[in-house]
Amino acid sequence: MRLPEKISALLKRRSTLFLLLVPLIAVGFVLQAVGTPLILNIYTYFCVNLMIVLALQMFMGNSGILAWTHVAWVGIGAYASGILSMAPMVKSLGVPNMYPHLVELQLPVVPAILLGGVVAAIVAAIIGWPLMRLSNAVGVITLFATLIVVHVVMTQWDNVTNGPRTFFGLQEFTRLPQALVGAILVLLLAHWYRESSLGLRLRAARDDRFAAMAIGVSVVQVRYVAFVLSALIAGIGGGVWAHFITSFSPKAFYITETFLLLTMLVIGGQGSISGAFTGTALVTVAREVLRQVESGMNNSGMFSFEVYGLTELVMAVLMVIVLIWRPSGIIGGQEITWPLLKRKNRPDDGPGTDVVEPA
Amino acid sequence: MIDLEFIINTVSLGSLYALLSLGLVFVYGILKLVNFAYGEYIMVAGYAMHVIGQNRGIPWYVTMAIAVLLAAAVSYATELVAFRPVRTKSLTALIVTSFAVSVFLQNVVLITISPRSRAVPLPAFFSQTLTLGTATIPVRNLVIIGTTIVLLIGLTFVMKKTVLGIAMRAAADKFTTTRLMGVPANLVISATFIISGLLAGVVAIFWVGRSASVDPLIGAAPLLIAFIATVMGGMHSLVGAVIGGFVYGLLFNILSIMLPATMISYRDAFMFMIVILFLLFRPEGIWRGGYTEERVG
Repeated sequence: MRLPEKISALLKRRSTLFLLLVPLIAVGFVLQAVGTPLILNIYTYFCVNLMIVLALQMFMGNSGILAWTHVAWVGIGAYASGILSMAPMVKSLGVPNMYPHLVELQLPVVPAILLGGVVAAIVAAIIGWPLMRLSNAVGVITLFATLIVVHVVMTQWDNVTNGPRTFFGLQEFTRLPQALVGAILVLLLAHWYRESSLGLRLRAARDDRFAAMAIGVSVVQVRYVAFVLSALIAGIGGGVWAHFITSFSPKAFYITETFLLLTMLVIGGQGSISGAFTGTALVTVAREVLRQVESGMNNSGMFSFEVYGLTELVMAVLMVIVLIWRPSGIIGGQEITWPLLKRKNRPDDGPGTDVVEPA
Repeated sequence: MIDLEFIINTVSLGSLYALLSLGLVFVYGILKLVNFAYGEYIMVAGYAMHVIGQNRGIPWYVTMAIAVLLAAAVSYATELVAFRPVRTKSLTALIVTSFAVSVFLQNVVLITISPRSRAVPLPAFFSQTLTLGTATIPVRNLVIIGTTIVLLIGLTFVMKKTVLGIAMRAAADKFTTTRLMGVPANLVISATFIISGLLAGVVAIFWVGRSASVDPLIGAAPLLIAFIATVMGGMHSLVGAVIGGFVYGLLFNILSIMLPATMISYRDAFMFMIVILFLLFRPEGIWRGGYTEERVG
């Protein structure tokens, strides 16, 4: 095979990846060259969110389990990486009650972020081991309860997290290049995982638990691996986020944020990487536009009162409309491929919409 | 430690929580949906009392009746507009919808009224106390117990003796079969949402009555409580929800007394840890109802 043919074959086989990566990188480069600081900030934020949403897709999209705990792993990664990367001086200033041996720790930012992910993965590995056995409503409820437990611990353990108060003083490490590299790596990983044997088995377990068990898939085991892997990436994403935002409080890792992440994933389509990507992009743009409108309305003095909460209100309405119109998301459960017209009709029922095509 | 005061307070707290979890489990029983907007029905009733209460001419019982009816109306409206179109889709879509409805209602109040908490005028007996021997008991707690008894008897009658109640119980058991018998799905589901909203409205009166104020996020705490209580009691039966409410009230009061002062702020974490452990060993709850995984299709 000659080289052009090889390239075109690769493009065909991996067309989803190219369709997502090319615009992601191209826009990144263009903005880096000509963007204003505000636009650069928004795009960086988008890349960080993309990491976190793709990690969510790895577990939730492939297993069909509503992952309440995801934002908890983001939070654990954020706190752990912050504690590891901050200078002892800054730490003793910011968190006066911190344990002395934690204060002494200091690592460069990148290892700190990676270790933050590992900490989140370890916590997930301990908590997830029993929980992955539960399915359906009971599974959803126990994960939700876990989120609350983690949140209560975060707001109360002031020797580590500074309690409900703001945790501040992180280095501003994450800029557009770092976030972009992170997003690209996570995109590749999520795509690899979805197509790998592990991902396929997990998707089989999602679509029909009993049929998957009958062909020898260990449902608990594949779920568990996905849960821990997703927590690892979420923790790393949390670390990247923390070094972008530089100060935060436990409020950032609770129900409101969960709703935002879920919106991003579900609007695009939780079953596919393309869906997660599209949803994150759409929600980021919509939020920024609505925010501009909101502050514009407040500044213009059109109303005698402050318009507050309009963004969330419109997002909620959009979410319900998308769920009614396309319950499996705008993109749906299948990846976009090249050429786009090749996509088959697919039933619009829930997350399990991967149609197995006969070879 | 265990005296009359403790007993009456625990029973009244348990009664409130029993009503709360009953409202949640009504919808869960049929749709298998944990309705995250449930707390917002309580908030709506609270704001109704705030708005109507500004007008001094209206007697308190009229205000309360309107608040309860409004909560039921909002519950019905959310079913009609948001839940009905998504009902046949995936469970995740349904849960996320309820989440969106909750965010929507909160922000409507944020925009139209205020992000800050507002005072709710209440009749005088809400803040009076009664002395029985050595025990001092708020009159409110006795009213809660009385209201709960009346409501539970009324609901039992509706569920056991009326056609609608029997249809609702049948639907919670085997929805498809019930529909094959000629029971209209929409009617049954609307009825459960209305009853759920009514219960939320009644709970709102007493919940708001404790602090005499209402804010947009007031629904979060009761939602969590209803959640734990139903899970512990058994999500598949109404009896289980009531038992769960009382057990939660008891557990809460015991933990409040037993936990050392330094650990009291972790009380919620302990409660939820107990829930998780409990579900791992007994996923069906204290009261084993007709265990079914079927969802409305």
